[in-house]
Amino acid sequence: MAERSFAREVEDLKLGAGEIFSGEGILAITKALLQSGVSYVGGYQGSPISHLMDVLADARDVMEDLGVHFETSASEAAAAAMLSASVMYPVRGAVTWKSTAGTNVASDALSNLASGGVTGGALIIIGEDYGEGSSIMQERSHAFAMKSQMWLLTPRPNLTSIVDAVEKGFELSEASNTPVMLQVGIRSCHVHGQFEAKDNRRPEFTLREALENPRRDVGRIVLPPASFNHEKEKLEQRWPAAVDYVKSAKLNEFFGPESGDVGIILQGGIYNGAMRALQQLGLADIYGNCRVPLYVMNVSYPMIDDEVIAFAAGKKAVLMVEEGAPEYIEHTLHTLFRRRDIQTRVSGKDVLPRGGEYTAPVLAKGFAAFFDAHAPALLGNRPPVPDPSEVLADARVKALAEVVPPRPAGFCTGCPERPIFAAMKLVEKELGPHHVAADIGCHLFSILPPFNIGGTTMGYGLGPASASAFNVEADKRAISVMGDGGFWHNGLATSVGNAVFNKQDGVTLIVDNFYSAATGGQDIMSSRAQNPRRKTNNSIVQAVKGIGATWVRQIDRTYDVAKMRDTLREALTSPEKGPKIIVASSECMLNKQRRVKPLFAKAVKEGKRMVRERFGVDEDVCTGDHACIRLSGCPSLSVKHTDDPLKDDPVAAIDNSCVGCGNCGEVSEAAVLCPSFYRADIIHNPTRWDLLLHRVRGAVIGWLQARRQRQRLVFAD
Amino acid sequence: MLNELTITAGPAELAAEKPITVAILAMGGQGGGVLADWIVALAEQQGWVAQSTSVPGVAQRTGATIYYLELIKARPGIRPVLALMPTPGDVDLVVAAELMEAGRSVLRGLVTPDRTLLIASTHRSYAVGEKEKPGNGIGNPLVVVDATEFAAKKTIAFDMETLATRNGSVVSASLFGAVAASGRLPFDKAAFEATIKAGGKGIEPSLKAFNAAYDRTLKGANDTLSDKPVKRLDPLPASAGHPRLDALLQRIRTEFPPEAQAMLYAGVKKLTDFQDVAYAGAYLDRLGALLRADVAAGGGAHGHAFTVEAAKYLAIAMAYDDVIRVADLKIRGSRFERVRREVGAKADQLVYTTEFMHPRMEEVCGTLPKGLGQWIEDRPALFQWFDRRVNKGRRVRTGTLGWFMSLYALSSLKGLRPRSLRHAREVAHWEAWLAIALDTLPRNYDLAVEVIACRRLVKGYSDTHARGLSKFDRVLSSLPLLVTREDGAAWLRRLRQAALLDENGDALNGALATVATL
Repeated sequence: MAERSFAREVEDLKLGAGEIFSGEGILAITKALLQSGVSYVGGYQGSPISHLMDVLADARDVMEDLGVHFETSASEAAAAAMLSASVMYPVRGAVTWKSTAGTNVASDALSNLASGGVTGGALIIIGEDYGEGSSIMQERSHAFAMKSQMWLLTPRPNLTSIVDAVEKGFELSEASNTPVMLQVGIRSCHVHGQFEAKDNRRPEFTLREALENPRRDVGRIVLPPASFNHEKEKLEQRWPAAVDYVKSAKLNEFFGPESGDVGIILQGGIYNGAMRALQQLGLADIYGNCRVPLYVMNVSYPMIDDEVIAFAAGKKAVLMVEEGAPEYIEHTLHTLFRRRDIQTRVSGKDVLPRGGEYTAPVLAKGFAAFFDAHAPALLGNRPPVPDPSEVLADARVKALAEVVPPRPAGFCTGCPERPIFAAMKLVEKELGPHHVAADIGCHLFSILPPFNIGGTTMGYGLGPASASAFNVEADKRAISVMGDGGFWHNGLATSVGNAVFNKQDGVTLIVDNFYSAATGGQDIMSSRAQNPRRKTNNSIVQAVKGIGATWVRQIDRTYDVAKMRDTLREALTSPEKGPKIIVASSECMLNKQRRVKPLFAKAVKEGKRMVRERFGVDEDVCTGDHACIRLSGCPSLSVKHTDDPLKDDPVAAIDNSCVGCGNCGEVSEAAVLCPSFYRADIIHNPTRWDLLLHRVRGAVIGWLQARRQRQRLVFAD
Repeated sequence: MLNELTITAGPAELAAEKPITVAILAMGGQGGGVLADWIVALAEQQGWVAQSTSVPGVAQRTGATIYYLELIKARPGIRPVLALMPTPGDVDLVVAAELMEAGRSVLRGLVTPDRTLLIASTHRSYAVGEKEKPGNGIGNPLVVVDATEFAAKKTIAFDMETLATRNGSVVSASLFGAVAASGRLPFDKAAFEATIKAGGKGIEPSLKAFNAAYDRTLKGANDTLSDKPVKRLDPLPASAGHPRLDALLQRIRTEFPPEAQAMLYAGVKKLTDFQDVAYAGAYLDRLGALLRADVAAGGGAHGHAFTVEAAKYLAIAMAYDDVIRVADLKIRGSRFERVRREVGAKADQLVYTTEFMHPRMEEVCGTLPKGLGQWIEDRPALFQWFDRRVNKGRRVRTGTLGWFMSLYALSSLKGLRPRSLRHAREVAHWEAWLAIALDTLPRNYDLAVEVIACRRLVKGYSDTHARGLSKFDRVLSSLPLLVTREDGAAWLRRLRQAALLDENGDALNGALATVATL
């Protein structure tokens, strides 16, 4: 069950011809797949395409009506391999993932797929996680398209263009027997817009038909001699076929005047930003009118030589606008112009930054430099472009840099991973700092304050593997962390299997929160929820024992900080050699609250006796040293100033967003912090017995309190 | 590719229209997305074209994130080309869901005097970096106010969080109300309300918060923020209603200069509550002596700063936290009431508290009479034997008879406190500290005042307390170098501030190294 429900959005997937779809880009892509008569869809969740997986999961009825098979792939590699269904059979398939991270994982299958080629359309929708909001290394998926010869679509970032790219992408794939990558940026995935829907299409040829009438062709299998033919085929048949289709279908677009001294070549994805920059330079307007010839590459690979040459013809210079490094297209452009001896100057990363996002200001600056050099007249009287530099230079604004705190994403309120790292910090205090190999997932937030734990991160499910070099005699052991998501993605074999086989004498901590939490709470193998369409509840402990791990400890409540600490200490000091695996399990609080809150409210409404727990701090006991916060960082555990003139520093305070996870109490107990924390059990709909007991206690306690109050001689407050 | 632009002609006249640009800065889960969706729905319903984008990623979890919208009146047959990210210096409306996010929007250049209306909630949600400091790490709100006042064309700033909560809703609703009242979007109030009603969930509370914020915005004035926490320093009352208490008041009134009286009253209040009237009397005796030294050192000219500071920190030192104190505080009726208030329990609900206590043999010995406590501590084996039995976490359910009685009994040991080992140690510590201060006083008045203020470093329990003590000692170890210096006081203040920057005192070590080079 994903964090966000798309029940309402799923209705939009049923829209018919002529109706207007209004919503998020990622949902538009989903609708486009159904309009294209896709037979099967797979993928691995991850920002920015998580919602595509979530909406498909929620759309099972629509999918079943259309006979579309949807798979929650175990990894991007599994998803990519799934596309082999389109090698021999005329079935359209689409897979999706976060790139470049996911494409790295998938590239083994992709290379094989691209070598043999496809019969049915094979579409790879990649969420290019680049620029602001990205959570991964800044690279370009373009390289994968080039090295394996897959076509790369980069449509303009509006819903109509993106949907069109999906539909045309399948046709291109079929016309050239080549897998096609469709690249959408973070913002395009989340852009809200509209497009005119078409009817959904049932696949003409079903997977069932394929299964029941199997075909084979040794020529499609990547083995010599076929593999050598594939290379030839790629260059001599598939490439020209693709070029012909792209030209005839007019996938690339020309805007602005027919002719001009200079022109701009850009990838579709950058179009809106480029238009805004041109607008600021007085060369375009909000409706797409433009004073400069534009050649928009909705197909970034392959480059359509004739189109480029025709565009460059009669121009003094063209500017290649290509985001990210290296500038592959610019290189190709230079090669082409030299080969054809075309004298048009090619500009690009000489006036634009080599890396980083091409925002409107960045582009405006680059465009201005380009026009200055080759067509200064265009800039006319140079209207002022938006420029905050004067404001930013002011001392009052500069002073902000000292005060405005960085606010990176962190553990949620009540996160079950918090106590794990609190325990690690406590162990650190005893045994000193250790080398900690981190992984991908929410637990990576441990590298941030207040925990500051974790030295490296090498990839999904690779935490323990990334510590394998430290399998040597030493007085300290390496600790590696891995989430349940990473564990099932490939950690079981690549990290745990590797550690068992090589007798890796280290500690592996597997954070089991019942979901693929960081990507939006999707179910995975070890999810505890019952999912009618998937087999969940597969034990991580059984799995690691199954591949030979012997020292395995299961902690069923990560909030038990003392136990967590003692288990870690044991793992770090145990005389036993080989991998020591701790599986720390507690449900992701974000998803738990989403599950439990309604149930609780319902039960209370029905008059059932329910107990809500939350924590608090006795401010007169708290001395404001904030040791508790340095072991927590929970959003609901904050600070506040009291009006007590004898307290200089703000005291700890817990707000009503507290979900009563228990970390505060456990930590103050385990770390011997101050006794100011209390847990309040709030009994809703108390029973008669509760009330009686409370009355009795109240009577005695009240009497004693009154007595003490009488004895006490103090100033009235 | 289907070209949605009907105009692709060349140098046709360029249209002059520009979209209204809106940036929303919020923290993940704070409802920035809801606000963005509302604005889009509102605009589309009013026949406008609206485009919104965001970069959620993992920022959906507590991190700072930004939503960007562009709105433009629809023109038949033409689709505008709207940008997916804000251009600094080109934003008409910035909505910040928290004060520091408002500051961030200015830092990002999104707020400029020529065009930007800034709507900001002035409440604070402290970042980890602010909360984790051993001292006061809270960012100065006035810096943000100065910057926004300067950078924005107009600023609408008040606590929309509290206002929303008071109306049973969340900040997005009150922000929407402020946006409506600001008039920056060309849609009338009814249209805004219709959007909320069309939304579905929690309509009533949303509308209440929306309207409250709408009216509050029309009032005009922004909330005034302060960087000084409001401290309650009551003036000396005429009478406290009991001769023995009045005697204390009388002493403060007659024996001490006016500028010290309020702080002394606060101290006396704290200490009568901590122990008894006699104890508060002893406090006044000690301060009397300090005052004489102060006067002798020409304190009059300094507004008796030494006495005032001593009145504060000696009270804190004398009201040390021991098990008796904690037990006493936990069982009070007033505390039971406060807990009910804090957790927002309704009249028909029962509330029980569980305290998380971790007594160690140190605390036990501290509570014992000096001789006995010392005797046990001098016998490590015996001490360990006890400690193994004592030293463990205990969940104390104060609302149950058994536990309440135990705490009640513990708190009645108050009488033994003055003879306890802990008390002897505390007295020794504060006397040593005062001796240093008194020794410094005649030679460097300001420095002596700072010496007193260094007591602020001693706080917390167990390890934290130990670390506090060591910081206190390390800071004061620099005195010989500072006592002869004009700027000695300033340096000691810097050292104290450094000591409050991080847990291990790394910043302090750096500062001490600097002082050593003076």
